[in-house]
Amino acid sequence: MEEVIRVKALTKKFGHLSVLRGIDCSIHASEVVCVIGPSGSGKSTFLRCLNGLEDASSGEVLVRGVSVHDSKTNLDTLRADIGMVFQRFNLFPHKTVLENIILAPTKVHGLTLAQARARASELLNKVDLLDKIDAYPNQLSGGQQQRAAISRALAMQPSIMLFDEPTSSLDPEMVGEVLVVMQALAEEGMTMVVVTHEMGFARQVADRVLFIDEGVVVEEGTPSELFDHPKEERTQRFLSKVL
Amino acid sequence: MEQVLWFGWFRVDIITEYGVLFWRGLQMTVLVTLICILQGTTLGLAIGMARLAHSRHAPIKQLCQFALRWPATVYVSFFRGTPLFVQILLIHFAFLPLFINPSDGLLLSGETARNLKQNYGAFLSGVLALTLNAGAYISEIFRAGIQSIDRGQVEASRSLGLSFSRTMFHVVLPQAFRRMLPPLGNNAISLLKDSSLISAIGLAELAYAARTVAGAYSRYWEPYLTISLMYWILTLGLANMVKKLEARYGRGDSR
Repeated sequence: MEEVIRVKALTKKFGHLSVLRGIDCSIHASEVVCVIGPSGSGKSTFLRCLNGLEDASSGEVLVRGVSVHDSKTNLDTLRADIGMVFQRFNLFPHKTVLENIILAPTKVHGLTLAQARARASELLNKVDLLDKIDAYPNQLSGGQQQRAAISRALAMQPSIMLFDEPTSSLDPEMVGEVLVVMQALAEEGMTMVVVTHEMGFARQVADRVLFIDEGVVVEEGTPSELFDHPKEERTQRFLSKVL
Repeated sequence: MEQVLWFGWFRVDIITEYGVLFWRGLQMTVLVTLICILQGTTLGLAIGMARLAHSRHAPIKQLCQFALRWPATVYVSFFRGTPLFVQILLIHFAFLPLFINPSDGLLLSGETARNLKQNYGAFLSGVLALTLNAGAYISEIFRAGIQSIDRGQVEASRSLGLSFSRTMFHVVLPQAFRRMLPPLGNNAISLLKDSSLISAIGLAELAYAARTVAGAYSRYWEPYLTISLMYWILTLGLANMVKKLEARYGRGDSR
């Protein structure tokens, strides 16, 4: 299958702190890759390097052959094709759900208002949020906000979606509604990289799971390989704590 | 002219005699304030952005530091760290004559310079000094307002493929503006009051009108009480306007 993302010897330092210490991996089209690991292991930083929200200290990230951290690369064009969903939703609080969703499609892709609105309605309908189209983010529950944020990212019709702990700041009863949306997306064939603490989701939806600890990929494999027969001692220790 | 006394003490005839002077002074004060609010806000936005300018990549990174951030920081430090009164004098008597001077002005000289200086010199210097001063204060309001917006907002916007300038214009500034309204309102009120200092270089605004009248009659209560009342009404009006703006743009900002 086509390789979409290629990460080569990626390192990242914040001052003297080495957060990523040489990560290599590749992600293929329509693949769902879940990234798990203890907090502070560098998994979010890894994800943020994939669309250039974070600089690399060394190494390379190629998205469809384009180097993300090359200063000549037009990051805006690249990012328009990579959707991102954040732990804290990051909806624009001064805009309604509709305005949140249509901002980028109209400004970046030049869609007319009518086209963008049609696309927004369709997406909101899919995540069961059409009745909140004119609400402001602060009028929505956490789960609703995250579903709106997913719709906002999807409105750019990206070919890759990045999820940075999308359910970690949700109340437990709202986690399910967001995971359902993500699972549907995976079934449609979206290429997804998901940093998550939801081991059930990873096991059920992921094609491949990466276990990251202390800035390196300790182990990777299919969910059943990694969860049922972890080879590394560090993986076993982590799984025994979270499962 | 016959004396007209209010409360057996306040000589209202002095005020009515010089009514035109007060009226013109009021117009001048309002004009100067409006011009300086507009220019100061524009300048403040530019300086505020310059103080926040940064880049990841080599040549632009240094350019941002030495050509934008440093000069902007020095500028703000100077105009906030010296008295406005001194700035007005410096600009009127030293800086402006360098450029507009009948004998050897760098920008204008000869008869045009003489006329300009005579008729509009105080106005130009006053507006320039007040604008530069307001720009320094307003840039700090913009800087604080922009920095107060959660980083996640910028990241969400950039991750959608929106450019830096679009992110600023559509996402950051509209949110920052709401938080900046109260301090901007305070600044506008200060500006209005500080415009009275320009009377020192002879601009015929409200304070100048009062001084003229005081000089003519050697009476001080009447002219200065009159302009105090006028300033007070103007600042109340401004405060009211800011309050209405806050009410209108305050929605959707609680998270």
